[in-house]
Amino acid sequence: MAPVSSVVAGSAPRPPADSIGVLGWLRTRLFSSVLNSILTILCIGLLVWIVPPLIDWMILDAVWSAAPPEVCRAAEGACWALLHEKARLILFGRYPYVEQWRPLLAMTVLIVAIALSCNRNFWRPWLAGVWAGTLALFGLLMWGGVLGMTYVENTLWGGLPLTMILSVFGMVGSFPLAVALALGRRSRMPIIHALSVGYIELIRGVPLISVLFMASFMFPLFLPSGVKVDELLRAQVAIILFTAAYLAEVIRGGLQSIPRGQDESAKSLGLNYWQTTTMIVLPQALRAVIPPIVNTFISLFKDTSLVAIVSLFDLLGSLRLALADPLWRNYFIEGYVFVALIYFFFCFFMSKYSQYLESQLQTGHRP
Amino acid sequence: MINLAERRAASGPVIQMAGVNKWYGEFHVLKNINLEVRSGERVVVCGPSGSGKSTMIRCINRLEEHQKGRIVVDGIELIADLKQIDAVRREIGMVFQHFNLFPHMTVLENLTLAPMWVRNTPRKEAEDAAMAYLERVKIPEQAHKFPGQLSGGQQQRVAIARSLCMKPKIMLFDEPTSALDPEMIKEVLDVMIELAQGGMTMICVTHEMGFARTVADSMVFMDGGEIVEKAPPTEFFKNPKSERTKLFLSQILH
Ligand SMILES: Nc1ncnc2c1ncn2[C@@H]1O[C@H](COP(=O)(O)OP(=O)(O)OP(=O)(O)O)[C@@H](O)[C@H]1O
Ligand SMILES: [Mg+2]
Repeated sequence: MAPVSSVVAGSAPRPPADSIGVLGWLRTRLFSSVLNSILTILCIGLLVWIVPPLIDWMILDAVWSAAPPEVCRAAEGACWALLHEKARLILFGRYPYVEQWRPLLAMTVLIVAIALSCNRNFWRPWLAGVWAGTLALFGLLMWGGVLGMTYVENTLWGGLPLTMILSVFGMVGSFPLAVALALGRRSRMPIIHALSVGYIELIRGVPLISVLFMASFMFPLFLPSGVKVDELLRAQVAIILFTAAYLAEVIRGGLQSIPRGQDESAKSLGLNYWQTTTMIVLPQALRAVIPPIVNTFISLFKDTSLVAIVSLFDLLGSLRLALADPLWRNYFIEGYVFVALIYFFFCFFMSKYSQYLESQLQTGHRP
Repeated sequence: MINLAERRAASGPVIQMAGVNKWYGEFHVLKNINLEVRSGERVVVCGPSGSGKSTMIRCINRLEEHQKGRIVVDGIELIADLKQIDAVRREIGMVFQHFNLFPHMTVLENLTLAPMWVRNTPRKEAEDAAMAYLERVKIPEQAHKFPGQLSGGQQQRVAIARSLCMKPKIMLFDEPTSALDPEMIKEVLDVMIELAQGGMTMICVTHEMGFARTVADSMVFMDGGEIVEKAPPTEFFKNPKSERTKLFLSQILH
């Protein structure tokens, strides 16, 4: 009798060679059909066309060393000499030149605190203490006025530290407000519901620029004369109020994705509204909307550059300051590439972190 | 010495529904419900789909509000006072068709949450009690898994254990086995039978008539928002009084 199976004892059957490994990958991903093959070849063509000249411009023909603008004019490639000349202005804005170690240190402290907060094992009450300390230290370093540091008014703050502090406060400040608004919008109490809806719709209906503008120029009109609210603080509050409206809708989406049974079983165990909300509903709802939350935060990070209209010089604003120098203004592309890379670095980090967090909080899978 | 049975009799029924009516908009979903459940009594509720069974038992722990009539549970009348409602809910456990475990917490955390936050039980004590209940429903080895990693039958047993951790006086079951595959139904029913034999006051919406015969003290048949018939199981199955009951029984008993 012929053997039923061709499997030889001791060797398990293997998938066909062209469905696995590099070959299999090439075949299934790039050349699985005629159309797919054409697209693959077109893309390769496009890359060949774009990448080499880009490398020439950015790297091979570029002026890398510190050099006067005349050297750049003679060169074919990018003028990175601009950064030797202007990097500190771009990064720290109008902050007094000799004191710029202070924003550098302040920023480092902030980044360390952010890095700590990224680790889920550190989500403990003491982290709030770390943040309080961080922000105090940040303020101390930036303002100075004590310990032999000269006082620097916050209208002189600028560049990356300003962008970062506006963003960090923007996120930290808008988040609880957004949660409150989202819960308020679902509330059965008519006044709370109406206030939340009204707020969200009103703020979403106007551009951030006009919120900033109103905070800066109209708000003081309502204050009694002599009372002055800090320019930076006003911009910060405007950013928080604006972001919260968007974030609230994102969070509401998350709340709506939680089945009613969760709420019911929590209630039937005797948990009250706040216990049910904070321990059962919110943790699940927020986890479900991590991607759009991070999306909103990435927008916020980039939107901070709109504070330029109320004469604060964030990263993008201080780049414009740098490019105002007639000697260097021709090299604006290099400047924007530099700033774009910084923005990209932060946004890419946020995006990756959100993916990591999502996978960390994943509990539904069977092993 | 006070006789326990006497004291129970003296305190009257633990659940008392008198002239309870409820509407969803114009739709009259509960029509003049009168039901009394004694301490230790096991009531099985059955009836066609849409007859108001879920709505009725959900009124008992006020997941639904009734609009007319009185519901008194363990001496507390269910009225709009939130404190009273929380007090009543603490004494009533509820098991749902779709388990409703908290998916972001481990099984053990599911079990200890309410005792710790509602009863202020210290963590260690709550965890010991939770493990004891997991033993009782025969899945102590699953304590540190997440609900999503368990089978339906295991999840439902966790849900029962979770309710028991609050040491309720009354347990409500709303079709606890109807979302389960046939081979898992028995493991859940076994747990419920054991619970019934331990003397728990139970109201159970189910179409598992074998279970009803084994444990029920009384059968309640609902149709069109009314309680059509209430009788001990022997009588209920042998000679039901109402035509509607007969029809229903003939359909589900084949
Ligand atoms: N939130 C609601 N709004 C309007 N009508 C509802 C609502 N909930 C239930 N109903 C209606 O009330 C009636 C009774 O519902 P209920 O869930 O109590 O029935 P049931 O006896 O439990 O049925 P089943 O066996 O299918 O679970 C049904 O006709 C249903 O459509
Ligand atoms: Mg039902």
